[in-house]
Formats: sequence, structure tokens, C-alpha cells
Amino acid sequence: MSSHGIRDKVAIVGMGCTQFGEHWDRSVDDMLTDAAHDAYASAGVTQDDIDAFWLGTMGSGVSGLTLSKPLQLDYKPVTRLENMCATGSEAFRNAAYAVASGAYDMVMAIGVEKLKDSGYSGLTGARPPSDGTDSTITAPATFSLLAPAYAHKYGLDEDTMKEVLTRIAWKNHRNGSLNPRAQFRKEVAKETIAGSPLIAGPLGIFDCSGVSDGSAAAVLVRAEDAHKYCDNPLYIKALSFASGPATGALDSTYDYTTFREVVASATEAYKQAGITDPRSQIAMAEVHDCFTPTELVLMEDLGFAERGLGWKEAMAGTFDLDGDLPVNPDGGLKSFGHPIGASGLRMLFECWLQLRGQAPPERQIPSVTEQGKTLGLTHNLGGQPGAAVSFVSVVGSELG
Amino acid sequence: MGRGIIAYGAYVPYWRLDRSKITAAMGSGGGRGHRAVASYDEDTTTMGVEAARNALRGSDIVPDSVLFSTANPAYMDKTNASAIHAALDLPQSSWAVDAGGAPRSSEAIWALAAANRGTNLAVASDLRTGRPTSGDEAGGGDGAAAFVFGDDAVSPVLCEWLGGAVATAEFTDRYRQPGDAYSRIWEERFGEQVYLPLANDAIERAMADAGVGLDGIDKIAIVGLHARAVRGLSRVAGDKLVPDLTGEIGNTGTAHAAIVLAAVLDDAAPGETILLVHLADGATADVLRTTDAIADHAPYAPVRAQIDRGNDALDYNKFLTWRGFLDREPPRRPDPERPGAPPAFRSEDWKYAFVGSRDRSSGAIHLPPMRVSMEGGAVDDMERVRMADVPATIATFTVDRLAFSLSPPMVAVVIDYDGGGRFQAEMTDVDPDEVRIGDRVEMTFRRLYSAEGIHNYFWKARPAAG
Repeated sequence: MSSHGIRDKVAIVGMGCTQFGEHWDRSVDDMLTDAAHDAYASAGVTQDDIDAFWLGTMGSGVSGLTLSKPLQLDYKPVTRLENMCATGSEAFRNAAYAVASGAYDMVMAIGVEKLKDSGYSGLTGARPPSDGTDSTITAPATFSLLAPAYAHKYGLDEDTMKEVLTRIAWKNHRNGSLNPRAQFRKEVAKETIAGSPLIAGPLGIFDCSGVSDGSAAAVLVRAEDAHKYCDNPLYIKALSFASGPATGALDSTYDYTTFREVVASATEAYKQAGITDPRSQIAMAEVHDCFTPTELVLMEDLGFAERGLGWKEAMAGTFDLDGDLPVNPDGGLKSFGHPIGASGLRMLFECWLQLRGQAPPERQIPSVTEQGKTLGLTHNLGGQPGAAVSFVSVVGSELG
Repeated sequence: MGRGIIAYGAYVPYWRLDRSKITAAMGSGGGRGHRAVASYDEDTTTMGVEAARNALRGSDIVPDSVLFSTANPAYMDKTNASAIHAALDLPQSSWAVDAGGAPRSSEAIWALAAANRGTNLAVASDLRTGRPTSGDEAGGGDGAAAFVFGDDAVSPVLCEWLGGAVATAEFTDRYRQPGDAYSRIWEERFGEQVYLPLANDAIERAMADAGVGLDGIDKIAIVGLHARAVRGLSRVAGDKLVPDLTGEIGNTGTAHAAIVLAAVLDDAAPGETILLVHLADGATADVLRTTDAIADHAPYAPVRAQIDRGNDALDYNKFLTWRGFLDREPPRRPDPERPGAPPAFRSEDWKYAFVGSRDRSSGAIHLPPMRVSMEGGAVDDMERVRMADVPATIATFTVDRLAFSLSPPMVAVVIDYDGGGRFQAEMTDVDPDEVRIGDRVEMTFRRLYSAEGIHNYFWKARPAAG
């Protein structure tokens, strides 16, 4: 038994991504239509060229009909899937495998979510009937468990911890201010972030990702066919997924300063991609900054910082747009919100722009243009600390 | 004598309302002293569970029946005692039955517990409401008490019953129609003048039945919701009268006689003779005597300690909200979902008794119980492990200001149990600003919320007593 990966077997030849935001005037059908047709145009293909579709959505529709009806697909296969907040990435992963298997020549991975129609704050979702004993705390509360645990373990006082979290939010909002597709396109002062009303634990409203609507899509083909459609495709180097045993809330050895699922999926992805030192080899990372302490812990889980030093690196600007390893150069979930099915593909869209030198000059990262690095990482997380699913991809602009 | 009270325990909830806060807010009502207040997540069933746990803690008594009485039942048309039975992890062969309606019903479960063969647990519980500024609002209190009657052979008898008598009459003193949120009362002087002759008659015959004269009585407890009648009768008791606790916790109605008796027994010496008078739609007088065994009895949670631990930081507006007299704007979150009857039935041991599973090979404790071990992966090699009485320590925590709660914010803690096992629990009876990693907690049976007519009972953590 072994995982082999599909390094350099599949390429992205086109992508589309809608603006993310409160789209009171746009339906799920509208957003799917926009993202799909933007991706077709990007790849220079038509809908008829696509052999099969993978649609990721958590709650904006069920079955392949959610896609085939608005796009008026011609009896093509559509797989609709869900894997919590990693749904968009999961659509991409399965679509890539379909191409790698030889089953199809060209496929589309597309994700969508319409969150703003619910009228609720934060994320909600239908759950199967239960015995009523499951935890009912909200997503920000589950992730806020990381903050006191991290501060306690590494000896940060409350004020320092708050400064670290504030800087992460400030950095991502700053990046988002340069991105026309972001939900929030303004810099936010650190005082505003630190002084925002508390939501859960030490997390204020500005420590939480927004709630938005959006859609993103990618067109995938075999690597050897990529240049038929695209001069500068992106090659898939690694795809990994870890679904945990959910023992964090049962197992006293779990200390809420790590996601074991992220460590497992990152280790697997680096093995597939042949990465030995992610900090120096990767040009950029789009990570699942659902809440500020999540990004802090991810820096250590993904191997970008030593254990217990992620907070110092964050404060030093290592992960800023012009830092050693830019993280969330597009603004992240913080600036985009988190339309669940779309987020994983939105992260890949930023790799698509940055690694191919097509990001606007004001946010084009120097690690690509000046240092010539070619690899980007995306990371998508679902669940909560101690009970999560984690996805990691590595994509690159060069073969080999 | 071989039969009597072999165990007892009371439960006084953590919160107190300072009655002057009623006066301050409303310009009338209130008064001096405090009333005990059931938290937003407590009802008569959960308080009954806590009282029964306090009674049974440290013993190996397994009651053959759970007899439950309250004037404020969580359910009608469904037995409440069965939830208490489940929370105590009692065997299927134990009986569980309610005697509801008026506070006088508590006498039925006492009588039945004493008279029925076997070991019988009688639990009286009440949650007293009243319209804002009413005497019932300020004078009421919430709490529960549990008494176990059984044979000396099971556990040493602490207190025997020597004799008693009742006096019954039909009169309209206080009354509440099913579904009403509070009771109404007739003019006080009327009730006083009906109660006093009934009480004197019952007391006289009770002492004759017990063969004890007034000089043979060491302590007199007079309990009843009609405060004026209780006061009138108390005058003749002199210095034998024991405090009825209403100034400190209010009058807990159905539970009050049992709570006062528990307080008396907490401090009683061997051979003390106690006259207990209960005024409730008539009068009932009982004469009891403590045995030598009470000298060796150390109550797990003395009434005095529970009263002294109370927190009177509760604001009047929160009290009104908890009791449903103030309708606050909920968060913009979905309403909680009702628990499904079949899943709840399947997980009765977990949901009600807080029983997890322990892997026989690795020793790993799983909360909730699992079939496959998280350590080593052994399948179906688990034994049940009840964690309800195991203390724990906070590993990490958060204060959730977004979650639906009947009393936001919701406090959530990850706790590690002494001897192994971890659980993420809601925390209750705590100031959100006072929670710290390393704090000690214990489990308490609560009502998380109610949805579509179903009460969702489960366990929470609370700060460890002492």
C-alpha cells in the first residue's frame, strides 16, 4: 500500500474566479455560470470540450443538477461533493485524478457557495438527527481554543498573543486591499482590529473571516496536452488529503497548538512534490486563515516556522507580501470571506496568477519575479481543532 | 428498629437573587435577603438529579425505586423520574414514577418510600415562579432534596420515623391552572386562620402517635408556602424552632420540607427528636429521631455549605430572562434542533448517565463511547466507565459570544479527567471572565435547551466545589 501522487501528470490550463462578496443580486446559478465561462475563456475552450465536471458545494445545492441545469450541460457526468470547508479543494483533487487515470481528456473542477441568503451570522449547516449531546459552539469558538493553548504553551502573555493575531489580520486585509476580487478591499488599522467586538475567546470580529458568496473554477488536462491550450500552464505537483480520527476532544495528549491532520497532509504533499524545505522552496502559500490563530498554527504545521516561533515570524513580516514566504497574497479568507465550496479553488486561482507572473504589479510577489521560485501551496481545512479534514496541494509553473 | 432514612442529600442551586434588586428595578416588591435561583439550564428534574447524586455519593446504595415529586414538572404526560433514574445510572429493574401537582404531593413519595419494601429514593424538587413584584417572586426559591428509605441491613439507618398525623381540608389558598407561569393566592389572613387549627390538630395527634410529649421534642421545623401561617405557628415553637432558610434561599415549595430536614440532619447529634410540620392544603406532622449512626455520617454536600457558596451577582433582568418573563433578541443563528428520540434512546448511557467506554487493552477512555479504540484500534473490546463523578482540569477554553444560548455567552472548556479521559463540555455556574487553564471542574446534569417541546438533557462542567 502506498500513495504515489500524480506529480506533473495533470495541468491547469484555465481558471475563473468571480468577485467574492455579498451578492444580493446574483444567484448560485449566476455565479456558477460566470466562473465556468471565465474558465472556458481562460483556457480558450468551449463547454463542449469538457468531458466531466466536479462540483464542490457544502449547502448551495445537491446533485450534479446543481451545475448541469444552469450550464445546460449536454448529459455530461457531474459529481457533486462535499468535504466541509475543504470542499472546493476536494472537487479539484478528484477532478485531477480523473484526468490522471486517463478516463477523461479535459475536466472542470468548480466550487460555489451562497452563504448570504441564510440571514444568519457565520456558517450554518443542516445536521442529521442526533442525541443532542454534540457540541453546539460556533466555528470561531472552536478555533479560538487554539489561542489560549498556544499562548500558554509558549509563554506569550495575553497582550502579545492579541498583537500577533492582530498582525495576521492586518497583513491579510492589507493584501486584500490590493485585490479587486476580494470581499473587503480596504486596509484595516491594527487598532480597529484589536478593538473590534469580541466573538469568541480573544477573537474579535476582525479575527474572523468574512461571510460571502462566490465561485471559482479550473480546467484540467493531461500535462502532455497542456501546451495545446496554454503557453504557461500550472502543473500539479502534489495533492494530499487527511481526514482525522477526531480524537482531539477525547485524547489528553492533544494540546490544541497543532492540527495533526495538517501535519499529515503537508508531510504527504511534500513527499509527492519532492519538497524538503518548504520555507525556502515555496514561492507562496494560500492557507486556510478562517480565524487568525488558525493561520498562526498553520505556519508551524506546514513547516514554514519552527514550533513555538510562528508568532515571531508573523510579527517579523516573514509572511508579508514582500517577505521570505508570502502567505495569502490575495488577502485570504480574511479578505475574501469563505464561500465554502469556492475557497479552495480561489486559493488555486491566486497561484494561477502569481506563479505565472499575471498578478497586478502592486501585489505580484518578488519571490516569483525576483527570486525565480516556481512552487505555490494551497491549504484548505475543514472541521475544528482536534477533528478536522485537511487538504494540501503544491502546484508549479515548471515541469520536473 | 430496622428501617428509616439511610441516605439523604439536598441541592441548592448556585445563583441567588438579592431581593432588593427587585425593589430597585420595579419600585415595589422584593424585600430583604435572597432567594435561590435555578440557572437557565436547570429545571426540577436536573435539580432532582443533583440532590440524588449528593445523597448517594460515596455509598453503594442502589435504589429499587425513584419517586419524584414537583409542582413544576419539566414534562406532563411523560414521567420525569425516568430521566433521574437514567442520570443515576440505575438498573432497568428500578421503578421510576412521578407524583406531581401540589407541594403536598411530596408527602406521598415520602410515605411510599418509607412504606414500600426495598430501598426507595424519594426526590422532591421545585422551581418557584411569580409575577414580577409579587410575593411569590421574591419569597419563592428553587432547590431539591432526596431521601433514601431502606433497611438497616443495606446501610445504617440515620433517622427513624416515630409517628405522625395529618389534617385535611378543602380550601382555596393558592392555585395555578396547568400551563400558567405562576400561582395566584387568596387573601393571606384567610389562609392563616384555616391553617393554624389544622396544624395544631395534626401536631397533637402526631405526638400522641409517636408517644412523645412537647418536652421530648428537641427540634421543631415548620415549613409551608403560606409564610404568615408558618410564622404564626412558629411563635409557639420557642427556641426549639429551627431556621426555615426562607430568608437565605426562599421557599422551595415541594422541596422545602426535605431541604430543611436535610439541614437539620447535617448538624444533628444521635438521639435527637425532630417534629416536622408541613403546611400544604392541610397539615402533616411527623416525629423523627436520629440514630447513633448519624454520628459517623459526613454529608457530601451539606446544606449550609451550599447556601454559603451561592453567588448573588445575578441581575434581576437576567433572572426574569431565565424564567421566561423577558423575551430577549436571539443571536442571528439557527434555533437549536430538538434531539431525536431514537438517537437519544440509543445513547441513554452516554447522554443521561455520562458513561463512556474504556478500551480493556490500552485503558484509553472514550467520551463519547466508541467501539473502535483510538489507541491500538481494538474493536469491541470496551467496558463501560461512568465519568459523572470524576473531577477534571481545564486544558483550554473559550467564551462563545455567537452561539445560541439561553444565557449568552456560552463558555466551552476542554477538560481532562483525573485518571484519564477528555471531553469538550459546556461550562455553567461560572463567570466567563474567571475561567482559566488548570481550573478544577466537576460534572453537573443540566438541560442544554428545549426545542419543539423536547428538553435536551446532558452534562456540563462547573467549577469544583471547595
